[in-house]
Amino acid sequence: MALDVREAVETETSPRPRREITTAFVVSRVAVLAVTAAILLYAVPPLVAAGSWVSLALLCAASAAIAFLYLTRRFVPAKYLVPGTVFLIAFQMFPVAYTVTTAFTNFGDGHRGDKDAAVTAIETGSVRQAPGSPEYSLTAALRGEELVFLLVDPKTKQVRLGDAKGLSPLAGAQVGVTGKVLSAPGLTVLKAPEAAARGKEISALAVPTADGVIKANGLSRAVEGKAALVYDAGCDCVRGNGDTWKADEGQGYFVNAKGEHLAQGWQVGVGLGNFARVLTNPTISGYFAGVLGWNLVFALASVLGTFALGMSVALALHHPRMRGTRFYRIALILPYAMPAFAMLLVWRDMFNRDFGLINQLLGANVDWLGEPGTARFGVILVNVWLGFPYMFLVTTGALQAIPRELTEAAAIDGATPWKAFRRVTLPLLLVALTPLLISSFAFNFNNFNAIALTTDGGPFPADSPQVGATDLLITYTFRLAFGAGGAQFGFAAAISVFIFAIVALISAVAFRRTRKQEEVYA
Amino acid sequence: MKVALRHVFVLVVCAFALFPILFVISAAINPLGTLASTSLLPTGASLANFANLLSSDSYPFGRWFFNSVSIALMSSFASLLLSMFAAYAFSRMRFAGRRVGLLALLLIQMFPQFLAIVTIFMIFTRVTELYPAFGFNTVWGLMLLYLGGALGVNTWLMKGFLDTVPKELDEAATVDGATHAQIFWRVIMPLVTPILAVTALLAFIGTMSEFLMANVFLRDTESKTLAVGMWGMIAGDHRNANFGMFAAGTLLTAIPTVGVFLWLQKYIVSGLTAGAVKG
Repeated sequence: MALDVREAVETETSPRPRREITTAFVVSRVAVLAVTAAILLYAVPPLVAAGSWVSLALLCAASAAIAFLYLTRRFVPAKYLVPGTVFLIAFQMFPVAYTVTTAFTNFGDGHRGDKDAAVTAIETGSVRQAPGSPEYSLTAALRGEELVFLLVDPKTKQVRLGDAKGLSPLAGAQVGVTGKVLSAPGLTVLKAPEAAARGKEISALAVPTADGVIKANGLSRAVEGKAALVYDAGCDCVRGNGDTWKADEGQGYFVNAKGEHLAQGWQVGVGLGNFARVLTNPTISGYFAGVLGWNLVFALASVLGTFALGMSVALALHHPRMRGTRFYRIALILPYAMPAFAMLLVWRDMFNRDFGLINQLLGANVDWLGEPGTARFGVILVNVWLGFPYMFLVTTGALQAIPRELTEAAAIDGATPWKAFRRVTLPLLLVALTPLLISSFAFNFNNFNAIALTTDGGPFPADSPQVGATDLLITYTFRLAFGAGGAQFGFAAAISVFIFAIVALISAVAFRRTRKQEEVYA
Repeated sequence: MKVALRHVFVLVVCAFALFPILFVISAAINPLGTLASTSLLPTGASLANFANLLSSDSYPFGRWFFNSVSIALMSSFASLLLSMFAAYAFSRMRFAGRRVGLLALLLIQMFPQFLAIVTIFMIFTRVTELYPAFGFNTVWGLMLLYLGGALGVNTWLMKGFLDTVPKELDEAATVDGATHAQIFWRVIMPLVTPILAVTALLAFIGTMSEFLMANVFLRDTESKTLAVGMWGMIAGDHRNANFGMFAAGTLLTAIPTVGVFLWLQKYIVSGLTAGAVKG
């Protein structure tokens, strides 16, 4: 075993004086420190400015740990693993963990922020212009990055600055004849097109005043109004318009006596509610088994089809007397080199019944993507076309690593080429490729694009527009989660946790097999 | 005879591989430039679609092309390095958590990224506030995101290859007094050129055609990649009318990938490991 030898050498040498300090050693250590310092110098000031103390502490701890790791001579495996792991944690594991926690909430349309945000949205959303209140001339401006209002009173011509905290007097502003502010010290006045581009922000800004709030009415007028709905902390409810809506912490909504709720809610934990919904909602669980079955067939057929075809051509080309391999390789790699999303759309058009290429070539009149059987065949065919060059490439790569001596030796021992392939080449190939086959399976299990861009789940039976013949779990559930009912991120997250569990289970079983293989061949 | 059979088989597969591409070529040089008028063999030839595409004001194709190629080159190089480091550790060293680490890599990759995109969007909304240089509409932010997946399939691919490289080579180097860094750069890296080439190509292609993340990330017309930009070309009502331009763009998009393949071809072909065993 390799490491045993190395460890033995190191133990023997440990009593000897330390290894000399080489230039490479010094340079690499200085470089590590310089990079760490540069990252800290860049990343710390915005965090301090934003007051994100937890993030700041995490960043400093991580930097210190990384600097320490590369300054010592110990923890050699970690030195090689950390660079990729940092990215993995930040941009893969953290989003996944975040998604899992989201699965326990009702996060989605109507439940985006916390309760305070919901109250603010309800109150400002219900603002109506108070009778007889003044209409201000409005100019939008920027204070740094923050949007503020410059309000000119039509009678007094007094200029005031309004932000989310309230009104404050503003001196030194230049007002034009139309009542628009032309310039103000320390502020950037937005020109009309710039203001139009920020229309959403402008209509969202509410400046609180003693009697109500000032809100924009268009881009050049602002009016003071009163909120028709007001939150009362005493009863934890919203009153107004002759009704009362009580806060329901279980649903994250303000609900009135009739059971109706206000549109704006807030995010609350719903425990296992989303998961229970997947299992018990008849429209969802009813089709689950059928979709899962087709999903497995699709993923398996894609993996086996691409692997069989890709490996066959790789083996066919892997022969010392093959000529023109360079040309063949380029031809075979071309489907993979073409942008996949574009080719999926092209294939969809080739399957078209009326002017599609396939019917043209075959002289047929088949509604390929309109019938369940042919549609399923079609999407698998497209997927094999897109994926087999990948298998061809990786098999070619793996074949390079198998010494020809092995198959030559097998031939000398009297093995037929088929036997040599079965007993020598294929097992060695599988050592390198099984993990790829597993991840290819996982990729195809959730191959959203392959379905969404070709059939979009269809064809749909007449009695159920919910689920189509080629729907995968991910396209089917995505339609449920993000379809007509609006975005339900919490629910969608719960479904992705389910999908993840299914794929992880299948992969873990397959992985146990690789483990056995590795022990045999490595 | 046997070699002739191999040729026949490979030619049949080549025909399967090439006929949709022939259709795209036909569409690209079809002077009418619509989907309905396109057939497998071109009925006429003109470069009008290419000219329209390259001179279009609403579709800055050249800019998209530059964005795509630079992102793909940089991020595939970086992810290659990161995953090679990890593969070296996983293949050559035995340490606590090795098995768990390998399994975790495989499993994390299986989470449907498409649904994690909601949380990724929220994370980068915050990043955009704090560090605009790495936020939305930036190449660097998108690259960070891509590097999140650098460990994973590529690591497995390279580890599989490294496992087949004889360990005697680095043992010999260790006995000669080489450090692990010297072994990695001077012994291992030259031996794994074929798999590096294959992985680089795969990473390059993957990044070139990546659509979902880029679509969320890049909203400005100028900052888009080819996948995102060309998607917009045939969205909605433009599908039939823009098909010729779309096909022309598809062909142009394939050029850098084919170029990278031709560039790496000799490394992919040469079986350096076999030589190492003999030596």
